[in-house]
Amino acid sequence: MMALDVNGTTRQVDADPDTPLLYVLRNDLALNGAKFGCGLGQCGACTVMVDGNAVFSCVTPISLLEGRRITTVEGLGTAENPSPLQQAFIDEQAAQCGYCIAGMIMRAQALLERNARPSDAEIRRQMQPNLCRCGTHMRILRAVRRAADAMGSASAAPAGGEARL
Amino acid sequence: MWKRLLLGLIVLVLAAGIGFFALAWRSAYDPIDPPGRTAFDDAAIARGAALAGIGDCAVCHTAAGGEAYAGGLPIPTPFGTIYSTNITPDPETGIGRWSEAAFRRSMREGVARDGSHLYPAFPYPHFTKATDEDIRAIYAFLMTREPVRAEAPANQLPFPLNFRPLMAGWNLLFLDEGPFRPDPNQSEAWNRGAYLAEGLGHCGSCHTPVNALGAERKDRRYAGGVAEGWHAPALDASSPAPMPWTEEALANYLRGWDPHHGLAAGPMAPVVETMKDAPAADIAAIATYVASLSGGRTASRRSADQVVAFAEERAFGPVPQVDRPKISAVQAEGLQDGERLFVGACATCHHEGGALPYTRPVELSFSSSVTGPDPRNLVRIVLDGIHPPEGQPGPIMPGFAGALTDQQLEALLIYVRRHFGNAPAWRELGATIRDIRGSDAS
Amino acid sequence: MNAQFQPNLTRRTLLGGGGALVVSFSLRPFARAAAQEVQSEAEALPEWGSLKDNPMLDSWIRIDAEGKVTVFTGKAELGQGIKTALVQLAADELSVPLGSVALVTADTARTADEGYTAASHSMEESGTAIWHAASQVRHILTGWAAERLGTGAGELRAEGGAVLAPDGRRIGYGELVAGRSLHVAAAAPSRLKPVGEYKIIGTSVARIDIPAKVTGGVAYVQDLRLPGMVHARIVRPPSRGARLTGLDTRGAEAIPGFLKVVRNGNFLAVVAEREFQAIRAMQALAAGATWQRAAALPNEDEIFEVLRRLQSEERVIKAEGGGVTNAAQTIEARYLRPYQMHGSIGPSCAVALYENDALTVWSHTQGAFPLRAAVSELLRMPPEKVRVIHMEGAGCYGHNAADDVGGDAALVAREMPGRPVRVQWMREQEHGWEPLGSAMITEASGQLDADGNLVGWTYDVWSCPHSTRPGGAGWLLPGWEIESPFQPDRPKPIPQPAGGGDRNAIPLYRIPNVRVVDHFIPEIPIRTSALRSLGAYMNVFSVESFMDELARAAKADPVAFRMRYLEDPRARAVVETAAEKFGWKPGEKPGPGRGQGFAFARYKNLACYVAIAVEAEVDAGTGYIHLPRIVAAIDSGLAVNPDGIRNQTEGGILQASSWTRFEEVRFSTEEITSRDWGSYPIMRFESVPGSVEVHIVNRPDQPFLGTGEGAQGPTAAAIANAVADATGVRIRTLPLSPKRVKAALGV
Ligand code: FES
Ligand code: FES
Repeated sequence: MMALDVNGTTRQVDADPDTPLLYVLRNDLALNGAKFGCGLGQCGACTVMVDGNAVFSCVTPISLLEGRRITTVEGLGTAENPSPLQQAFIDEQAAQCGYCIAGMIMRAQALLERNARPSDAEIRRQMQPNLCRCGTHMRILRAVRRAADAMGSASAAPAGGEARL
Repeated sequence: MWKRLLLGLIVLVLAAGIGFFALAWRSAYDPIDPPGRTAFDDAAIARGAALAGIGDCAVCHTAAGGEAYAGGLPIPTPFGTIYSTNITPDPETGIGRWSEAAFRRSMREGVARDGSHLYPAFPYPHFTKATDEDIRAIYAFLMTREPVRAEAPANQLPFPLNFRPLMAGWNLLFLDEGPFRPDPNQSEAWNRGAYLAEGLGHCGSCHTPVNALGAERKDRRYAGGVAEGWHAPALDASSPAPMPWTEEALANYLRGWDPHHGLAAGPMAPVVETMKDAPAADIAAIATYVASLSGGRTASRRSADQVVAFAEERAFGPVPQVDRPKISAVQAEGLQDGERLFVGACATCHHEGGALPYTRPVELSFSSSVTGPDPRNLVRIVLDGIHPPEGQPGPIMPGFAGALTDQQLEALLIYVRRHFGNAPAWRELGATIRDIRGSDAS
Repeated sequence: MNAQFQPNLTRRTLLGGGGALVVSFSLRPFARAAAQEVQSEAEALPEWGSLKDNPMLDSWIRIDAEGKVTVFTGKAELGQGIKTALVQLAADELSVPLGSVALVTADTARTADEGYTAASHSMEESGTAIWHAASQVRHILTGWAAERLGTGAGELRAEGGAVLAPDGRRIGYGELVAGRSLHVAAAAPSRLKPVGEYKIIGTSVARIDIPAKVTGGVAYVQDLRLPGMVHARIVRPPSRGARLTGLDTRGAEAIPGFLKVVRNGNFLAVVAEREFQAIRAMQALAAGATWQRAAALPNEDEIFEVLRRLQSEERVIKAEGGGVTNAAQTIEARYLRPYQMHGSIGPSCAVALYENDALTVWSHTQGAFPLRAAVSELLRMPPEKVRVIHMEGAGCYGHNAADDVGGDAALVAREMPGRPVRVQWMREQEHGWEPLGSAMITEASGQLDADGNLVGWTYDVWSCPHSTRPGGAGWLLPGWEIESPFQPDRPKPIPQPAGGGDRNAIPLYRIPNVRVVDHFIPEIPIRTSALRSLGAYMNVFSVESFMDELARAAKADPVAFRMRYLEDPRARAVVETAAEKFGWKPGEKPGPGRGQGFAFARYKNLACYVAIAVEAEVDAGTGYIHLPRIVAAIDSGLAVNPDGIRNQTEGGILQASSWTRFEEVRFSTEEITSRDWGSYPIMRFESVPGSVEVHIVNRPDQPFLGTGEGAQGPTAAAIANAVADATGVRIRTLPLSPKRVKAALGV
C-alpha cells in the first residue's frame, strides 16, 4: 500500500512500487487522461505533472512519488467547468483524434505555471517532447498561446490583485 | 633618490608597454570584393567541406536555430561568454572581405583581418598546424556558402580580458605556431590522424585540462578536460572507458555508435554529427591516432574479456523483478533504495535483450559516463535525456529532471555507479547534482 | 440473419444504452463485405448515400417519447470530427437544437452496415443518408401533426423539436411519435430545406467530442473498463514468418497477477489481472519463447528493383490523343516513395468478451461489419454470435492494426470466458506489425512543343495493394499465426475512377496526348494496406513535381503553367485562391536558401479540390527543411462545418509535411527495424511550420465532398517544388530527409 497525492486527494494504491505511474492512474485510479503511447518516454501521451513539472508517467515508477503532488488533466477542470487551458483547447478546437491532447495540456500547464508569459519560441520548445500524429500542432500552439494570454492578462488585471494561474 | 627610482620605474613600464604594443600590434589586411563561386574549383570546395566537418566549424559557428556558419552561438568560458563569429561570406558581418591570406593568418595566429586579436576559444593553437593547402580548401568552402547577414552579439568579458591586445601575451606564452611535423617513426595513417586530430580536429581543446589562463597543459595532454559543463573524458591511458578504445571502436563511435562505447552525448554529439560524413580514410586515421594515445589501456586495467564478463553478470534480465541479479541493495544515508528506482524508471529500456533497435541501449557497464571520475555527464544525461537531431533517426532517452528529486537522483546514481560501474563512489555527487540543477533552474 | 443479438443485461448500460428498439439488419453476404471497399469506390454515389441500401428511416433516426433524437451511423469517428458533422446535418434538417441529438456510431447490432469508414466517404455516404432521412422524418412528423391539428401540412412548420401551427398551437416530437413507428421506408423525393434556411449546417459549431477529450472523459476504447476486465499482451514472433519451436512459461507464471498463457500455433499471448503485470508477463514469456526465425522480407537496398521485378498486372487507365508529332523537347523523371507507416500515437487496442457462446468486440476498427465477418471466421463462430461495437481510438489514418488487435482480443477472450479481455499492442508491436503504406515507383515523361506547350504525357505507376482490409480472417495478422492458419485472398486493385495505387495517377490537366498505365503488384513482399490517401500521396507528389519540371523546361511560372491546362472552374478557383492568399509572385525568391512551391490536385479526381503554396527554407549545411509558411485553398462543396474542414486540412498538411520530410520505414530481411519513435522519427514541434492558413472556397449549392485526404499529395509536391526553387536541385525520392537533401545538394 502506498499513498499518492493525486489531484489534491490522497489515494491509497496497492501496486508494486516499481509500477509506472501511468498504469496506476489508469488501472487503479480509473483516470483516463494519461494515455499509453509508447511506454518509453518518447511521445508524451502519458504526460502528467509532478510537483508542477511535466513528467512521462510511463517511465516514472510510483516508488518515486510518495509525498509528491501529482496532477493529471482531470485535476485541472471538468467538461462542465474546464480550466483556462482546457477552455483554450476547446475554443481553438485543438484536437483531431485527441489522443495526444491530455498530455499536451499537461506539458503546457507545467510551462504556464512556471512562466505566465512564454514567448512562442518557448512554447514550441516546451512542447518538443510530445508527439501528435494527426497534425493538430498549429491549434495546440494557438491554444497554449491563448491560455497564456488569457491567464497573463488576468494576472495583470488590477482588480485581480494576486497573480492567478 | 625616490624621485629617480620612480622615474626609472616609469621608463621601464613605458618601455615594456611599447614593446608589448609592438608585439601586439597587427596590421590589417586590405578588404577584398567577395570572390564568387567561380573563383574556386569544385574539388577544393569539396575537400574544404570535409575538412570543415572534421574541424567542426559549424558546431561553434552556428547558433541554435540559426543559419549554418552565421555565428552567434554563446560559448561559455571560465572567463566570460564569447559569441562565435559569422564565417559566411557576407561582406558586412561575415568574412566576405577576407582575402585568403587574412583567413590563413586567422587560422595560424588568431588574428582577424582588421588586425585585432581573436580569443583562443577559437582553437587557432590547433588550426595553426593545418597545411596551407588545407586552409585554402576550407577558405574555398566557406567563401562559397550562402552569405548570411548576422552580427554576433558583443562578448561578455570582464576587464581586462575584454582588452584584445592582451592575447598577444597569451600567444607568446602558449601559441606554438607552425604546421604539423610528422613523426617518421609512425605509420602514414597515424601521421594523417595526428595531423587531423591535433590540427583541425582540435581534440585537445576539450580533452586536455587547461591551466589558469585557459591554455592546454602540455604536461597533461589528453588527460581529460571540461566542455560546456560536461566532462571530456581522458583519451590517454587514464581513459575511464571500461572497454579499451580500439581503432575499430573509435571509428564506429565517430560514425555514430559503437556496441562497446555507445554514442556521443552532450557537446560531443554535434561533433560526431558534423564529422560523420568525413572521408572514411580520415576517420580511420583519426581513430588510429587517438587509439594510440591510450595504447589500448584504460584506467581500470581490466581486459576486454573481464569487462564483458562483468557487464554480463551485472546486466538486468528482461523482467528485472523476477530475474534481478542478487546483489545487496544500496541504501545510502537518508536516501531511497537506488536499485528500486532503477528497476522502476530505467530498466524498461536498460535491460538486456530488449527488442528495440535504439531503445536497447549500450550496457551501462560499458559507459564511461558511469565509470568515469566525474559524475557530471551522467547527471546531465539522466536529467535531460538524449535526443537525436530533429527528424533524424537516433536513440531517444527521456529526461528525468521533473521526475527525480535531488535525493532520488543521488540514490539512483550511487546505485548505478556501484552496480554497473564497479568503481568507488563519486565524492561530491550530491553537490554536483545540486550545482547542475541550480544552474539549470536559473 | 442476425437474430436480435441480446447483450447480457448486466452489461447493457455499458453496451451503450440498449433501448427497447432493436432493429435487425440483414448481414451482407460475406464476399460482399470483403469487397466492399473496392466496390463502394467503384460505384457512383447514389443520391441518397447509404440510405439507398438501408432505406428504413429508423435505421438512421429514432425519436423517443421525450422527443430526444438519436442518430445512427454505420461510420466511425476517427478524429475527423464526423460525429459533429452528422449531428449538425440531422439537427438542422429536423429543426431540433444541436444538443438534443445523440449519436450512435457503428455497432453491428444497432446501426446500418456502411462498410468501412474510409476514402473520405463518410460525409457522402452516411452524411447524405442521415440528411435525407432527417428531412423525410421531419415531413412525416409534420404530416402527423397536421392530422392531429386538423390543418394542412403546408401551414405547419417545424422548430425547436416541435411542430408549430400559425395559431400558436404546438406539438412536440415526443408526443407525435408516441404509439407510432418510424419504421418506414424512405420515399422519394426528399424535400431538403433550401440552403438559405440552414442555421446549423454551414457553421463552425464546436466539436461535440472535444470537451471529454480535454478533461479526461472516457473517449476511447483504450479507456473502456468493464467489470472483471483482465489485461492481455501478445508475444509476436521476433521476425516475420518465424515459428514457435519451444516455450518455457515459468517466467511468466511467476509474475504476480498472472492468469494464463494462450498459445495457438504461433499465436502467443498472456493474460494477467492488471495491465503492467501483463506487460511484465509478456516480457517474461518472450524471454521463454524459442523461435525459428525466417528471412521473409526483401533486401531494403534493393526494394525498388524487387518491386519492378515482381509480376504486375498492367492496366491502361487513360489513353487519349493520336500521338505527339510536334515535340520540341521531352522531359523524363522517375520518382520513388519508401514504405511509410500510420504510426498512431495510441497503439491499437480492443476489448473482447466471450460469454454464453457469443462474442462481443469493442474496437476502433474502420469497419465494424467486416471485422465481425473476419472474427467470426477466425474463431469459426457463426457471424450472428459475434457483435462488434465501434469505439474511438487514436487517429488511425487508414488500415492500421485496429482489426488485428480485435482478432487478438477475440482469440484470447475465448480462452477466458466470462471475463472481458483488454489487449493493447506495445509501441514496438504497432511499429513492427502494422500494415504499411506501399513503397511506390512512378515514371513520367512529358513533351513540350516549340512554344513550350505541354503536348504529351505518359505516366506509369508501380505499387503493391493499398487495400488489404480484412475481408476474412486471411487478412488478420493473428489469422496467419494460429495453428490452422488462414490464407489471404489474392488482392484486387481498386478500379478507377477512385483507384488505389493509381489513385490520382491521371492528371486533371487537359493535355492532347495522355497515356497512364497502372502496374498493380498483387504479391506483397511487405504487408501493406490503406494509408491515408492511398496512392494519391505519391501520384500527386509525382504529377505535381513533374508539372514543375515541365514548367521550368517551358520557362513558365509554375502556377501560370498549371492554369493553362486546367479547365474545371472549381479547380481554377482553388489554384487562384491559394496563389493569391499566399502572395505568389512569379520568379520571386523569398530570400537566400528560401524558395516557394505550389501544387494542386482534386482528390481521387472526384472529391475535394486542394491547392497548396509553400515557402521552404533549406539549411544547406544539414539538409534540414524548415517551412516558414503554408497557404492552402480547399473546395469541398457545401461546407457543413467550415472549421472542421480547416482542422482536417491543417492536419493533412502537417502530417504530410512529416511524411515528406522525414519518414521511411527501415527493415532487415527478417523484420521491420523501425520500431519506435527513435528509429522512425516523425515531426516534432521544432519542425512545425511557422504558419498554416487554410482558405475554404465554399460551394453551398454543391454536394459536400470528402475532405480528410485531399491535402497530403499537394503538400508533398509543394514542399519538393519549394525545395527545388530554393536550391535549384530537384529531389525525386521521398522522404526529403536531411540526409538526402544534404547529399543532393553536395557542397
Ligand atoms: S507513453 Fe509515455 S512517453 Fe509515450
Ligand atoms: S490529435 Fe490525434 S494524435 Fe494529436
